[in-house]
Amino acid sequence: MFFQSTVSQTQRTEHAIVRDQPAPGGIPLKIEGVSKTFSGGAGSIEALQPVDLDVAAGEFVCLLGPSGCGKSTLLSIIAGLETASSGTVWAGGQKVHGPGTDRVLLFQEAALFPWLDVQHNVEFGLRQASMPARERAAVAQRFIELVRLKGFERSYVHQLSGGMRQRVALARALAIDPAILLMDEPFGALDALTRDRLHVELETMWASTGKTVVFVTHNVREAVALGDRVLVFSPRPGRLVREFRIELPRPRSLEDHALVDQAKEIMSVLRDAMGVYEQEDLNGASKPYTA
Amino acid sequence: MAQASLTLRERVNNSRALRPLLRRLVFYLLLLVLWHLLATSGIWPDYLFPGPLAVLNALVDGFQNGQFLQAALVSLQRLIIGYSISLGIGMVLGLLIGRFRVFEETVGSLMLGLQALPSVCWLPLAILWLGLSEQAIIFVVVMGALFSITLGVDAGIKNTPSIYLKAARNLGARGVALSLQVVLPAAMPAILNGLKQGWTFAWRSLMAGELLFYTLSLGNLLQTGRDLNDASQVMAVMVVIIAIGVAIDGLIFAPIERRVRTRWGLQRS
Repeated sequence: MFFQSTVSQTQRTEHAIVRDQPAPGGIPLKIEGVSKTFSGGAGSIEALQPVDLDVAAGEFVCLLGPSGCGKSTLLSIIAGLETASSGTVWAGGQKVHGPGTDRVLLFQEAALFPWLDVQHNVEFGLRQASMPARERAAVAQRFIELVRLKGFERSYVHQLSGGMRQRVALARALAIDPAILLMDEPFGALDALTRDRLHVELETMWASTGKTVVFVTHNVREAVALGDRVLVFSPRPGRLVREFRIELPRPRSLEDHALVDQAKEIMSVLRDAMGVYEQEDLNGASKPYTA
Repeated sequence: MAQASLTLRERVNNSRALRPLLRRLVFYLLLLVLWHLLATSGIWPDYLFPGPLAVLNALVDGFQNGQFLQAALVSLQRLIIGYSISLGIGMVLGLLIGRFRVFEETVGSLMLGLQALPSVCWLPLAILWLGLSEQAIIFVVVMGALFSITLGVDAGIKNTPSIYLKAARNLGARGVALSLQVVLPAAMPAILNGLKQGWTFAWRSLMAGELLFYTLSLGNLLQTGRDLNDASQVMAVMVVIIAIGVAIDGLIFAPIERRVRTRWGLQRS
């Protein structure tokens, strides 16, 4: 099911940059000296120290760290929803000014529109790109099937569970075929079982489409299970402290010893970086953070 | 899923919902009896303080000779025309005030100021400008509803959860499409409040305005009842006015509000 749909998903919007490449897929992302300082009345708060980062096309990168480490801020800057205090973001060789449909951000709260049903939520981005209604419906249908929500087209947000909402959000994002998926703790508020299942689905989708993914989480195991690379951030001020390349074969199991060992190693780095502060929450998330 | 437990819960809810209903019924019955006793006690003359039966008679008479129905239709027509006009203008003004700082600082402050003015105060001016005409009274109705609707739309837009805006911009929405497809629906619960308040004000201004007019209408019937020293007609018309008010609230606004609140996740279904 997953593989089938990707071959035909060639509807690209105006903003897509790689429209001439044969395989639909990701574009590289380059972050140069991006920092963020919030200036308030009492003084300014440094949310993120300058970060340099290269993400290859089709790479799955996890940004890991506790709340207040600036990882969500960085993601918002990449999405173009926030401006950086310094530095530049390049997506596919183009400088980022504001939001664009080549980069779509998924939020922890699915941010679906409650006045639209599932079908029309998924169609939303296509409608903005002025796709004709019939074509729009067909594309939306395909992605609703991809996230296994066939039969829920006419449901409204308040009728869906948390996991289903995230699936709809994923379908809505994928429908406009972005080259880069930015995910801000999208599964943070879900129960462990649902989260595991969505990990598998996300990985399958990613493997078949080759999109570039930047995934923010505070859950070490989630980061190790999903990422090609895990970048560890530490808080106050937010900064990138270390990066790990995860070479484990896919699909990965959370129970796999190698994975657990790797997670332990990253955890210890994180502990050192943070001191003793807020440690237990990094273990795999009984309680979701709100950034 | 859990059919049995659901119906059980419903039954419990029903019996719970029934008790206040019963209390209310008893209260109104007692009120009617008290009214009847007072009216028949002879403290006040009949024509000033008629009993419930006399009012019921007047009500039946009024509907039988067609006067009440015709008057109600005239009043409702004015209400609908006036309200629709303020709905159109109020939506646009509210959207502009809510979205653009310039409008907020200028038109917005004017709206707040004018809202403090009871809309009947527009009536003398309306009559000077437009004469004792249909337009004059509709003008007053428009002025009654306009500011509440405008400020309701404005408030809704200001309180739009920013996550909807972020998500929409991220998916490529901007400009007019963003306003119409995201900002406006996101603001719907607050807008509904404004619409509801606007309609009550419109209804009140209409009744006040109609008191001065000579053509048949509900307000005019009140005035005629006074002229004829017929308190039972006055009370019967008041009953009609209340009934229309309650009906519009209960049949139009309440269901819409319930639906919006459920769908927007503000209330469990």
